Amino acid sequence: MITKRIIPCLDVKDGRVVKGVNFLDLADVSSPVKLAKYYSESGADELVFYDITASAEGRALFTDILTEVASTIFIPMTVGGGINTVADFDRVLKCGADKVSVNSGAIRNPELIREAAKLYGDQCVVLSVDVKRVDGEFRVFAKGGREDTGMEAISWIKKCVSMGAGEVVVNSIDTDGVKGGFDIELLEIVTNAVNVPIIASGGAGSKQDFVDLFKAIPTIDAGLAASVFHFGEIKINDLKNELKKNDINVRL
Amino acid sequence: MIAIVDYGVGNLFSLSSSLKLIGANAVVTNDVELIRKADKIILPGVGAFADAAKKLVDTGLGQVVIDEAEKGKPLMGICLGMQLLFERSFEYGVHEGLGLIKGSVEPISDFVARKYKIPHIGWNALTFKGKEKDRIFKYIDEGDFVYFVHSFCGTGCDDFLIATTEYGAEITAAVANGNVYGMQFHPEKSGSVGMKILKAFCEL
Repeated sequence: MITKRIIPCLDVKDGRVVKGVNFLDLADVSSPVKLAKYYSESGADELVFYDITASAEGRALFTDILTEVASTIFIPMTVGGGINTVADFDRVLKCGADKVSVNSGAIRNPELIREAAKLYGDQCVVLSVDVKRVDGEFRVFAKGGREDTGMEAISWIKKCVSMGAGEVVVNSIDTDGVKGGFDIELLEIVTNAVNVPIIASGGAGSKQDFVDLFKAIPTIDAGLAASVFHFGEIKINDLKNELKKNDINVRL
Repeated sequence: MIAIVDYGVGNLFSLSSSLKLIGANAVVTNDVELIRKADKIILPGVGAFADAAKKLVDTGLGQVVIDEAEKGKPLMGICLGMQLLFERSFEYGVHEGLGLIKGSVEPISDFVARKYKIPHIGWNALTFKGKEKDRIFKYIDEGDFVYFVHSFCGTGCDDFLIATTEYGAEITAAVANGNVYGMQFHPEKSGSVGMKILKAFCEL
């Protein structure tokens, strides 16, 4: 049986992991390569890297890091941030990324999804979507969650999947950073709306939040988080043991 | 030396890095002479079957792979590279493969209930098939997890099945025909389990 995936997400700026990290057993906590290795060894099923640099130097540094990670860590790697063209796909895939996540780039030009899926296959194209409740509906937000696009989220996700997105990361702005659990209501609607793997993001504060997610929505595929892992509040191997205890199928 | 056949399909960086890590001398190449000289061949691939099959024909590399495999050289197809070893694929039409493994490639959606999502993405467990565990799995155990990403799967290959995985149906995970191996999953993305499979291949 397929297992539920646990995915730490690393935001990288100017070659360093953003959000101060605090591990007793890891000296250089903001080195993306060392942190990635640490996660891989503690049972992470996949890694997500977001490039949040704006400068060209930062971007070059980012691809160097990806190359280094892909030379030493052999689990799937999804890369996002600043993906606007097929050339951007090419750039990160050559560094060893397996999947590429598009967000604002797809909002500006939805055809990017179709083009990339045709070139690299559906399985390579991950739609990342930031969703927030506005006036009683789910809205798509752009630019890292700062700008309301006015688009209704569920129809946007359906459209992107029909164009070739093979997986969707749903980040709830309403629950993000609150650490009060995932946005079950939103995630359930998305999971029922499309038939591709869904990755839940935003709101994880405890191991129980992951248990609740997979119990509430048995068809959801993965849980993604950043700071709770980076701060060591949740250790991935502890989390997976906890899931296993709750009869949730995980890779141990 | 292991030749990783470069016919313009997919990302070979992780594959060559993983082989390097286990001490193998792997070369990514489209050079016919080099492939003929190699001790072993790996046929990688992601994307669409038809495009990849056409590239193998157009470059002549498909025939080289067939010739070398028929001479007994160890060959491993990975993911789409595994599907290309089959006789034919029904991925958007009917397309001819290399014919080194008897059987066809068909959509997973033909075999599983609608609640199973396509692509089949993620870590899934291996069940060994055949009278005894195949030598390619000598360093791993039944139930070990490997990473899958695919929408199509090998069918009609019962005599060559060495491992399956459960995804609403028994899905072909690995096949073998003598020196010819096919892995539907990605050993180069399957952590330590995948490394152990690659190590066993290097030792063939």
